[in-house]
Amino acid sequence: MTLLEVRDATVRFGGLTALEGVSCAVERGEIFAIVGPNGAGKSTLFNLISRFYQPASGDVRFEGESILARSPSDIAALGIARTFQNIELFERSTVLQNLLIGRHTRRRASLPSQIVFAPSVRREEIAHRGAVERIIDFLDLQPHREQTIAGLPYGVRKVVEIGRALAIEPRLILLDEPASGLSVEETGDMRFWIDDIRTRLGVTVLMVEHNMSLVSAVSDRVMVLAEGRVIALGTPAEVRTDRRVVEAYLGSETPAR
Amino acid sequence: MRVHFKTGYDHDIRLFPDAREALRYAALLAVAIALPVLLDDFLLGEATNVLIWAIAGMGLMLLTGHAGQPSLGHAAFLAAGCYANAILMDRFGLPFLASFALAGILTGLIGVLIAIPALRLHGIYLAIATLALSILTEDIVVLAEPWTGGVAGMTAPPISIAGVEVDRLASPDLFYWLCLAVAVLVTLGYRNILRAPLGRAFVSIRDSEISAQAMGVDPARTKAAAFGLSCMTTGWAGALMGHFFFTFNHEVFTVVISIQLLLMIVIGGLGSIHGAYYGAAVVGIVPQAINLARDAVAGALGGGAVAIPGLETGIFGLILIVFILFEPLGIHGRLVKWRLYFELFPFYRRDMFRRQRSYLKTERLR
Repeated sequence: MTLLEVRDATVRFGGLTALEGVSCAVERGEIFAIVGPNGAGKSTLFNLISRFYQPASGDVRFEGESILARSPSDIAALGIARTFQNIELFERSTVLQNLLIGRHTRRRASLPSQIVFAPSVRREEIAHRGAVERIIDFLDLQPHREQTIAGLPYGVRKVVEIGRALAIEPRLILLDEPASGLSVEETGDMRFWIDDIRTRLGVTVLMVEHNMSLVSAVSDRVMVLAEGRVIALGTPAEVRTDRRVVEAYLGSETPAR
Repeated sequence: MRVHFKTGYDHDIRLFPDAREALRYAALLAVAIALPVLLDDFLLGEATNVLIWAIAGMGLMLLTGHAGQPSLGHAAFLAAGCYANAILMDRFGLPFLASFALAGILTGLIGVLIAIPALRLHGIYLAIATLALSILTEDIVVLAEPWTGGVAGMTAPPISIAGVEVDRLASPDLFYWLCLAVAVLVTLGYRNILRAPLGRAFVSIRDSEISAQAMGVDPARTKAAAFGLSCMTTGWAGALMGHFFFTFNHEVFTVVISIQLLLMIVIGGLGSIHGAYYGAAVVGIVPQAINLARDAVAGALGGGAVAIPGLETGIFGLILIVFILFEPLGIHGRLVKWRLYFELFPFYRRDMFRRQRSYLKTERLR
């Protein structure tokens, strides 16, 4: 069953066409990877889905409903979480506080009850904290719980950002280059976490990644973008041997065009 | 170093991490309550002034220090609270407690209304827009003469709470306690917001608006809430200021007051409630210290009273520059470092608070 569907989406910035007629459908429960050379439009597609960009034409549908009329801050409540390519954490807050922000869409307390910190607010906070602790256990973040982001190594920040997205309890998580800048070991851990996010948490994963061995290891389907167009879509094995993909990455032997 | 052994999530949520910390604040409160016995009327007046500034400072701290929205227009909200309170008591005959509460709420609503167009602006542009607000205030007070008394000014009506007269001059103790009660309540409310979802939303908007949005935080609504709460608090400070000054006119709430407020929270330490109090203490104490020093110098030189125009402003400017250069975290930040130094002795390292290299920020998406 289709969870997220992008239909014939075109995004333009002035004269530059970043995405041209891109269509894809992410099935519920799969790990769907998007690969492509720099400037292929991968992050543009993510920003389109999280509603930071408006398409010139086309549609984005989540669970059968168009989300084009939604604002970026409505997306989390629908069940779509995301991470950022360059890590956008709240630098001066602790890991715990960062994860708790992910619970924002689940808050119930009214403004007056928050000002007096009514017992209901306390109960709610404890429940949020419980949910966040489960994520901390899931991602092995216990040693960093009380540390501020500014003091954390890059690899841990990546994991915290995924944790924050998971705290939303999304149905779909968009991971923008989860393994970029990670060491070999950290990439290995990331591989298992991405797999666990799907199998243990039941969250559909849509990710942009350059590391082909990671992509091949975890993803069910891969979409290759180049210059704003879909040039291949299929299982990792199919895509890797696709002639156009090889051309896009390595150039063709005989001069094309 | 003290380690808190946590046995429940509530340990992180409650106001004080342990009994020792709670005792420390209880002692502080006890001293604050006993202050009228310890100080003479002049110094008690100064303490009252510091408390009122601290309340106004907490108002601006919430907006600038926590929600990250700079404002150079808070003198306007002080004026709004001051005049609203006086007018409600004078013209509508409301008792003080009712008019005081309403004055804050009205100022908060004004703040939300002003926030709606101002929210499209970021950083320095927001500061400029709010600066305009500050400049307008003076004219608005003059133009609204039938209500505000214009240039001639207004006199704060006497306060009566449950039949007890609270007067700044006749009963400075009672007025001090009134200000203390407001300060404590505002501090508690502020602290509660910070540990509730709204406080986290404020911080998220400050640190990364784009990822706050991705987490489902609506920036417009959150900023409007920050403006509303901030202006409400500032309005209460303004109402108390009116009673403290006794008479006030269009010249009281000028741009200088707005700048002084901002300076106060920067010196105190942005992003901490403590900072509002430290900053208020500096703003309250420095002018008196300057007066005393000037008189001493004049006395030593054998001259009479000397007036040096711009001395106070100059010294405040100098203090601000020194803080921005050497301690951007303000007085609160410096005290935290000292405390940590002694707690960790001899393991404190100089670069413990040095900002780590920050990684690339996501390019602006729009």
